[in-house]
Amino acid sequence: MSERIVGIDLGTTNSLIAFMEGGTPVVIPGEDGVNLVPSVVALDAANQTIVGNAARKFLIETSDRAIYSVKRLMGRGVEDVHDELKFFPFRLASDLDPGEVIRIHLGEKTFTPPEISAYILRQLKRNAERYFAAPVTKAVITVPAYFNDAQRQATKDAGRIAGLEVLRLVNEPTAAALAYGLDKKKNGIVAVYDFGGGTFDISILKLHDGIFEVIATNGDTHLGGDDIDNLLITIALDEIANEHRLDVRRNGEVVQAVRKAVIDAKILLSSEPSTKLEIELPSGQRYQREITREQFETLIEPVLQRTMAPCKQALKDAGLEADQIEEVVLVGGSTRIPRVRQLVEKLFHRVPHTELNPDEVVALGAAVQASILGGSSEATNNMLLLDITPLSLGIEALGGVVAKIIHRNSTIPASATEHFTTGIDGQTNVAIHVLQGERELAKDCRSLARFDLRGIPPMPAGLPRIEVRLLIDANGILQVSAREQRSGKEAQISVQPSYGLTDDQVETMILESFDYAEQDLEQRQVIEARNEADTILVALAKGRKSPAWSALTESEKREIAEQEQALLEVKDGTDYKKIRSAIDTLNQGTTRLAELMMDTAVTSALKGQSMETVNVGQGPTAPHPIGKAEFE
Amino acid sequence: MTDTSPTAALSIVSDKSTNACWSCGSMRAAHFCQSCGTVQPATPVDYFQFFGLDRNLQLDLAALERDFYALSRKLHPDLHAGDADEQQQWSLEKSSQLNDAYRTLKDPIARTEYLLRLQGVDLDEQSTNATEAARASGTAKKQVVPPDMLEEVFELNMQIEELRMNQKMGASDPDLICQLEEHKASFRQRLASVDKELQAGWLQWDGLLTHSQSGTASDEERKKVIDRLVDILNRRSYIRNLVRDVNDALEAVGA
Repeated sequence: MSERIVGIDLGTTNSLIAFMEGGTPVVIPGEDGVNLVPSVVALDAANQTIVGNAARKFLIETSDRAIYSVKRLMGRGVEDVHDELKFFPFRLASDLDPGEVIRIHLGEKTFTPPEISAYILRQLKRNAERYFAAPVTKAVITVPAYFNDAQRQATKDAGRIAGLEVLRLVNEPTAAALAYGLDKKKNGIVAVYDFGGGTFDISILKLHDGIFEVIATNGDTHLGGDDIDNLLITIALDEIANEHRLDVRRNGEVVQAVRKAVIDAKILLSSEPSTKLEIELPSGQRYQREITREQFETLIEPVLQRTMAPCKQALKDAGLEADQIEEVVLVGGSTRIPRVRQLVEKLFHRVPHTELNPDEVVALGAAVQASILGGSSEATNNMLLLDITPLSLGIEALGGVVAKIIHRNSTIPASATEHFTTGIDGQTNVAIHVLQGERELAKDCRSLARFDLRGIPPMPAGLPRIEVRLLIDANGILQVSAREQRSGKEAQISVQPSYGLTDDQVETMILESFDYAEQDLEQRQVIEARNEADTILVALAKGRKSPAWSALTESEKREIAEQEQALLEVKDGTDYKKIRSAIDTLNQGTTRLAELMMDTAVTSALKGQSMETVNVGQGPTAPHPIGKAEFE
Repeated sequence: MTDTSPTAALSIVSDKSTNACWSCGSMRAAHFCQSCGTVQPATPVDYFQFFGLDRNLQLDLAALERDFYALSRKLHPDLHAGDADEQQQWSLEKSSQLNDAYRTLKDPIARTEYLLRLQGVDLDEQSTNATEAARASGTAKKQVVPPDMLEEVFELNMQIEELRMNQKMGASDPDLICQLEEHKASFRQRLASVDKELQAGWLQWDGLLTHSQSGTASDEERKKVIDRLVDILNRRSYIRNLVRDVNDALEAVGA
């Protein structure tokens, strides 16, 4: 074990690289001696890429040649980033197909988000190589705990593009806990409140003799300092428009100047009671405005309040009351805002820890994890991180309902095995749709991938037994394998990751899942009732063909026909109670038919006839996983 | 057994140690080599076997947690990041087995469900099958509402509906909320008593297990206990859902 493994915090606003020096994690500074590398990538006039501080001036001078906050676009489809782009001066490539990874203009060229992130990673790598005077090829990279599969995959891709072997993706709040826990040989329950430039995470951990066991996590991958900036920018731009009769909203350079001014003001307001915004306008006029901390706090309160629901949900998922949290750790630049600290203190009834620099603590933790993976450091040889998956993994079942197979907050690696079968005789393919999210319906969850199981030996419908194993690895990334059990054949799988086929943002999914729980349940009940209606209608159609049918009286037949008609009339409606009641009526009306059919089935089986021909029906024959009994 | 290729040799060794250890009750050596720490390939074992446990429903949770941590320290992929690809894959498989097993066994309900599945009870298909079976036989679907709760559940549904209507109209009815709170308390109480029943069921099962080892428990007795556990779980799930419904309804009006 000779080569150093570095730890990287690939942040929305700033990125850092750190490593374990002896028993202490340290951040490696850039050539300019600064630890923070702004996550800004620019193209200069000679089409050379420039990263970090030097790239920042391009934002103001030639804003179409610089990109910032690219992390918000990682692993997302065109449909996902639509709202995002209202606030960012990025131009998407115009020739994007739906489902394609997005590409953004930088000067005349276009790049995908992983490529742009890779420029940042490359810069960090260079900084480390200069520092060590040796090549660096292995890294641990941090991601928001609430990142989904696609976002994680995109981050891993970025590492690969930058020439780094990404040994592990670590969740940012967990990394922070590692950095804090390094010298505190403590046991107990810790909460990490990570409010950064673009994302918010809350994680609750149990510390036990060097084991860091995450028990619950929640968050919002689109909630951060950027949202606070955007509020201030909107106000400033509106006021400029009103007072100076000057609409600069489309002027990228001025917007960036405003952005810089409001960020400076925001930072000052963490220590000063008031500050002044001053912006020079292209007209030569000057926009000036005084902001007090009080005004600022009132303005941003709604943004800060959005962090509270994930915190409460994480506590609930962990089965804990706020009082049971023994320590609270603050991470991310936005936690420098005094009002944020107040809110956290109030929620957990604890003064939060701020000993470590909130900008650096994640990178330091990544270095600790790198050392654990390297396995050669005394300081970390007793430490082990047991992380969890932030989102539930499910499979689309009959009627667009999601059957959850790995629940959120499960320790990773985690796996689940599901069985599928065919619906048509001789069918050799089965399509499976994997989703991530908490909502009940597939259309409201994030589509991760569609799998096509091929090469199933032709068999009568329902006979093949295809075992699909889904495994979430220690990076939080999904792996899939499948096998047909009757023939023992390994089924071929082609994986099609789906970017943005469903455009719901993951975090809004969670929040919405509470708002819409009722609506979901109703839709689900309608779908289930319809499925049941189809089952009984199919069974009835079969019954009509069976010898048992002729044994019914004319009036019985008429009654059944009326009941069938009644069911057909309500079946496509949205009132599941009506569908259910029509099913029950028809069910009762066909009792005697079913009994007669059972008799004939027995008789014909004795005659050596196949049961198949008199089968009462297996229900809808589309492939579907065997549903789980809910004992929640 | 003349094949001496490295992989073959490895698999023979692991098979031996696996067998040896299951018989002595310790699973350690089946998971990793006790002298060099190398992770062994994953073998299909049930969650109880994974921890070297008998299929008892009463479990020492503190001991389970200790075992979970101790095994994590041997099996987790973070500790095998420098190993050959094949061994990394083994560590991934083993550690996912470990996590799945721990998650299932530490939770009393998941544990009971899992045990019932091992005993051949198909909980998954129970509700679907009940519908299908009812249809096929032409009988009405088996009623899952515990008979002694019918009245209360009926009343509850009416009240929840009323609460929703009130909310839509912007009206509030403190009495109604009060009544719902009472239902909630009563369901909670029922839940607690079902949990007691469950524990009694565990005791029965574990007793049976001890007997069956001495060969005195009959299949009939076993079936009886299994049926009882299934019934308890069904009732528990029903009551849990009621508690959830009341909670949701009350939360929706901010009570």
